[in-house]
Amino acid sequence: MKSAVIVFPGSNCDRDMATALEQIGGTPPAMVWHGDHDLPDGLDLIALPGGFSYGDYLRSGAMAAQSPVMREVVRAATRGVKVLGVCNGFQILTEAGLLPGALMRNAGLKFVCRDVRLRVENAATAYSSGYAAGQEIRVPVAHHDGNYFADDALLERLEGNGQVVFRYLDNPNGSRHDIAGIINEAGNVLGMMPHPERLIEPIQGGTDGRPLFESVLATGR
Amino acid sequence: MKAKVYVTLKNGVLDPQGKAIAGALHGLGFDTVADVRQGKFIELDIAETDADAAKARIDEMCRKLLANTVIENYRIELA
Repeated sequence: MKSAVIVFPGSNCDRDMATALEQIGGTPPAMVWHGDHDLPDGLDLIALPGGFSYGDYLRSGAMAAQSPVMREVVRAATRGVKVLGVCNGFQILTEAGLLPGALMRNAGLKFVCRDVRLRVENAATAYSSGYAAGQEIRVPVAHHDGNYFADDALLERLEGNGQVVFRYLDNPNGSRHDIAGIINEAGNVLGMMPHPERLIEPIQGGTDGRPLFESVLATGR
Repeated sequence: MKAKVYVTLKNGVLDPQGKAIAGALHGLGFDTVADVRQGKFIELDIAETDADAAKARIDEMCRKLLANTVIENYRIELA
């Protein structure tokens, strides 16, 4: 699998993401700096990692969404290349318009850093086919702005289309409809607040994140 | 030309920070405070002389970056 991890100033999960991709995909991903104007050819997956790009200035993900490389990421996504955004990556995807809705300050106002239980709502996506529909998994979250907001019309559309892929069983941040992760209508762009890249090896306390990457690998391009 | 941009959360969008501020004000004894909504204030200095052109330009800035129109409204004032 040919993949790339985009590194923004303030990204801090880029190495974890790279390790996960290398362990599961077999080859190390290209690390692409936010100021680059092009992406490697023939990518199967582009990952936007967690962190605090640009110090969360203005809004989480707002500045990163305008960085030069994101124009290429948007172009690639439009062509159908898979794009995975985790945590700050999810925030960047919404700010870049690749996913609908917005991520706001957690309802409890606190930074939440703990394991949460998720239900796999849609196991028929390129990112979730390695899970069973309805399967419960345990994945860590670590964020301050993970409160997913969408208006009623959008929520109805997301639910109706099966675009809600992961849902919190114990909502840590006030997200509407307990949404933890969504996919775009075309099925190639996924954003989620929990960190699957942190659960790849048993030494990390579990392997519930592994099937997500195996799913991507299994679907190829 | 100087311009002021006010970015506020849309009605109906939960504002936990505003709620916390209201709670703190109540704690200080300001019990007539019924509600608080928190927003952002951005001051711009732009090289435009025509007010309409400036406003149109800033409107574009708001839509593209300064506000997230999924959750926020914005208001522009030219000084």
